[in-house]
Amino acid sequence: MKQKSLAKQLFLIFFLTIIAGFIALPDQFANFKKPKIDFYFWGKHIYKDYQLRKGLDIQGGMQVVLEAEMNEIAEEDKATALEASREIIAKRVDLYGISEASIQTSKANEQNRLIIELPGISDPTQALELVGKTALLEFKLQKKLTQDEIIEATRSPQIWLDSFIDTGLTGKQLKRSQAQLDPQTSKPIISLEMNEEGRDLFADITKQNVDEVLAIFIDGMPIMTPVISTPILDGKAVINGDFDIEEAKNLAIQLNAGALPVNIKVLEQKTIGASLGDESIQKSVRAGLIGLALVLLFMILYYGWLGFVASISLVIYAILTIALYKVLGVVLTLPGIAGLILTIGMAVDSNILIFERMKEELRVGHPYARAMELGFGRAWDSIKDANLASIFTALVLINPLNFSFLNTSGMVKGFGLTFLIGTLLSLFTGVIVSRLLLRAFLPVFTKFRKKDEELRS
Amino acid sequence: MNLMKFKKIYFLISLTFLIPGLISLLLFGLKPAIDFTGGSLLELHFLNSDNANLKENNFEDTLAQFYEASVVQKSGENKILIKGKEIDNQAKDELLVNLNESYGQLEVLRFETVGPILGAELLKKTLVAIFLVASIITFYVWKQFDELKYGVCAVLAMLHDSFILIGAFSLLGHFFNVEVDVLFVTALLTTLSFSIHDTIVVYDRIRELKRKNPRSNLEATANVAVLETLSRSINNSMTIIIMLLSLAVLGGDTIRWFVIALLIGAITGTYSSTFTAVPLLLVVNKKKIN
Repeated sequence: MKQKSLAKQLFLIFFLTIIAGFIALPDQFANFKKPKIDFYFWGKHIYKDYQLRKGLDIQGGMQVVLEAEMNEIAEEDKATALEASREIIAKRVDLYGISEASIQTSKANEQNRLIIELPGISDPTQALELVGKTALLEFKLQKKLTQDEIIEATRSPQIWLDSFIDTGLTGKQLKRSQAQLDPQTSKPIISLEMNEEGRDLFADITKQNVDEVLAIFIDGMPIMTPVISTPILDGKAVINGDFDIEEAKNLAIQLNAGALPVNIKVLEQKTIGASLGDESIQKSVRAGLIGLALVLLFMILYYGWLGFVASISLVIYAILTIALYKVLGVVLTLPGIAGLILTIGMAVDSNILIFERMKEELRVGHPYARAMELGFGRAWDSIKDANLASIFTALVLINPLNFSFLNTSGMVKGFGLTFLIGTLLSLFTGVIVSRLLLRAFLPVFTKFRKKDEELRS
Repeated sequence: MNLMKFKKIYFLISLTFLIPGLISLLLFGLKPAIDFTGGSLLELHFLNSDNANLKENNFEDTLAQFYEASVVQKSGENKILIKGKEIDNQAKDELLVNLNESYGQLEVLRFETVGPILGAELLKKTLVAIFLVASIITFYVWKQFDELKYGVCAVLAMLHDSFILIGAFSLLGHFFNVEVDVLFVTALLTTLSFSIHDTIVVYDRIRELKRKNPRSNLEATANVAVLETLSRSINNSMTIIIMLLSLAVLGGDTIRWFVIALLIGAITGTYSSTFTAVPLLLVVNKKKIN
């Protein structure tokens, strides 16, 4: 019965390692090209493509920390304004074709900040222009089109865009916008509120153009083309249409980006060329592999068969780690790689603790199998206590709750994250996997031991 | 063998490593990177490989016409690292145009600008993080071993490691212009966890032996515990040192000093667990009895 469950568990780990190995493998290795996970299983399309996500310091790119200056904005609108500028920057970056850009907001010392990461960007001047300018919100009336013009406009977007004419009403005259539910129909609506200056202008426009389209443009592109249904004299309008609450919220955010002008000031910028990262990663990977080989050699030379088992679990550890990085989407930075390499050195610690314990139990005179189980049991307390300290430290470095009094730097987080994953995984491979392997190898060990003893006597 | 007889020697060894660093720290302090002070950093690669001017140190004079740099150093073949006061993109682009005229085509490997506000903030965050880690660990060790003296001695050993590392970087900063940046802080925090990691293993053994032989005195118990954990301690650091050493020697330039900081931390962390934390525990224990 026990043998059976051992075989089952061993098989499970073997299976896990194979899958992890497949995921961890690079797409192309010499002449071999890895097949994609892309097949149909019971009519379900299964497609997975895991890639190692490279941080800015490896693939090159730019990180900017911006301060959002909002002196002119009322206190209660500041959060909305910050969110709105985040959205608008995200949209521009997207249009510009930068994939995997990340834009975060943070609040520190009463300052509102935007932390923007733009992978692959090498021209900071251009990039700053892209993120730094204030959103331009305009209300434009569509002029009557002749039949011919309508046909032409369906062919050329430019002609269609040219059919909108300025009204003089812009984001400056908009006080704020909000997504709401219509109390009567309980459908989502977007409310607009004009300021004093805008109220009269808005009243004039709506009075003269009932049943016309009053389009809303942001950065020169229309985001909505509502039709004026009645003149609005008090400056408070609602737009209803075929959108759900999420869409309504999103539109309101964009309107606010134009209404609440946020000035952007650069606090910090880091631009890293791609060539520097390429070189560093190659060197780091080579260093890691050589280090790994030396550690395996050391373990086998010092602990013999036990070291061999530890080496197998260490290799499993390395494979699982890379696979986990890919599955979890860990962004790998150079300090992160240093963390990975460091944890490979630390991962055998649990094994060493256990083996030293086993040696002691053997010296006391316990038989091999018993010494092994005792070694695992007794070493566990130390392993647990010692690793908890590493986990605490890693958590302070990662700062998962984004406390503003702790570090928020991507590099430090990168190191903390690989350090944490490494510590947790090494508990699994160092204790559970090693134990299973040792149990499986036990018959071989005892045979060798007996031979040893016979030779000695 | 009674290892604990040589307490004074162990403390002496610690002091020989601590004192030069501390003196350097008092005299020269640390060289903070722009992460802390604010400023700009520009690393350039000159693609025109036969630049005689570049080699003859004319570069600094040329640069001085356009930019007030505090540090100019070679960072590789035809690569130069410039640090100085904060400049914005426009100023940098102008500088590049000027350098381009004298030295031909060039590539920007790195350009960083940190405003003074963020630098001051980082310093505060760093202190908070160190304080937080140190207090969590003290509290944890204290609770785990039921006696405050274990927590105190573990923290003293941790301070010992921190100051050796900080002192070493003060010396490196003075003699080799090595700067202390946000990654150094990360290494320092990791050193705290290295230090405590090994200390807990030894203390754990002392606790276990105390339970087994409650009548034996602490010095004898500690000695047995140290003897029993010594080979584990050394072997474990060996594997860590192997990995870090290969990364320091073969890895890239960007993280070299970070890895060296980790390496110093790993070595002193291992030493201090056996030869600082345990002897300190005995000293504290004796004081109480007297």
